[in-house]
Amino acid sequence: MTLTIEVSGLQVRYGEAVALHDLSVRLPGGRIYGLLGRNGSGKTSLLSTLAGFRKPSAGAVVIDGQPVFENPQITRRVCLIQEGGGVGDDTDTVKDAVQVAQRLRPGWDAQYAATLIDLFELPLRKRIGELSRGQRSAFAATVGLASRAAVSMFDEAHLGMDASTRQAFQDELLRDFIARPRTIIISTHLVEEQSPLFERVLILREGRLLLHEDLDELRAQGVSLTGPAATVDDVVAGLTVLNQQQLGPTKSVMVYGALDDARRAAAEAAGLELGPVAVQDLFIHLTEPTGAAR
Amino acid sequence: MFDERSPIYRQIAEQIKTDVLRGVLGADEQIMSTNQYATYYRINPATAAKAFQQLVDEGMLYKRRGIGMFVSATAQQMLRAQRRERFFADVVQPMVAEAHAIGIPVVDIVEHIQQSAEAKGEAQ
Repeated sequence: MTLTIEVSGLQVRYGEAVALHDLSVRLPGGRIYGLLGRNGSGKTSLLSTLAGFRKPSAGAVVIDGQPVFENPQITRRVCLIQEGGGVGDDTDTVKDAVQVAQRLRPGWDAQYAATLIDLFELPLRKRIGELSRGQRSAFAATVGLASRAAVSMFDEAHLGMDASTRQAFQDELLRDFIARPRTIIISTHLVEEQSPLFERVLILREGRLLLHEDLDELRAQGVSLTGPAATVDDVVAGLTVLNQQQLGPTKSVMVYGALDDARRAAAEAAGLELGPVAVQDLFIHLTEPTGAAR
Repeated sequence: MFDERSPIYRQIAEQIKTDVLRGVLGADEQIMSTNQYATYYRINPATAAKAFQQLVDEGMLYKRRGIGMFVSATAQQMLRAQRRERFFADVVQPMVAEAHAIGIPVVDIVEHIQQSAEAKGEAQ
């Protein structure tokens, strides 16, 4: 069974500072979501509120029809792995921390945890505080996966992992998701590397939800047009231009919003080169600061 | 593995089509499941499912409930017809444009094509 998350009118404030403004979104269960945004855009505030670590300043976070905050029925089934590990006490050994996780997590799979500990080559007898940064992250990922929580969230949990450990983590995550579908939310800056895992993507900008859509839809929204500057300008007139670059007489423009047939035909007739835009580029330009936050 | 910029599901659909066209995947042959595709290519299973759906919509694949996806009997024929239609626009015209830009006369191209065809024993 998968759990649907419903967020309505969520506001998170830290004193005077507003981290999230009136955010509403519905996340049906059983999917992998990517949460993207620049630093300070509100990703961590959103995830910790979804996990029930933080009380909404206004609005509501409801999972499986129930408010999350101070609701152990729900929070037991939600697992948030935060950046830099943060799982277990520094003085506990890895083995102790595994036992704690087992007690706290109703869905805990001890055998799977042991498999992951082997995979990541984690030293069972070492104290958490003595682990390297990469080992801490790998251990946190182990807890996140073996918890098999109905809502599993990873807030830049890959930080500190080397490339091969990240790949092992991503492969495990995908394999385990396929075997046991659940809601997974991954916040990351590694857009190119991790986006193939996502079904849908949420982009935050300055504490607001900028978009929430299928990754493939987002990809299809970006088009680049290259050719003689005056011709390019003519064809893209009226479109949302994300970025433009000029090299001598040649101009390359990145637009957001799929081209309609007429415009595509015009571009082709004019001899412009049409191409796709990388998700990373779309992300960078869509999240450019509006100036409102400064 | 993928060109990050184009929807992955379209790239998978194209790969499957190429396999069908070349006969790597035969008529009524079962193709791997969405989960196998997802694991192999390290992509979300919904993305793989979208590729399959596109091919079902185009009549290239058919679904047998509870068993999986199969290559339709007419898939290869349809693909050949489609690629033939596009051949002059997609392959020949860009070549002629390139030849023009670098000053290769058309007769030289024709001669070269004829030589290649003779080498393959296809000339008239």
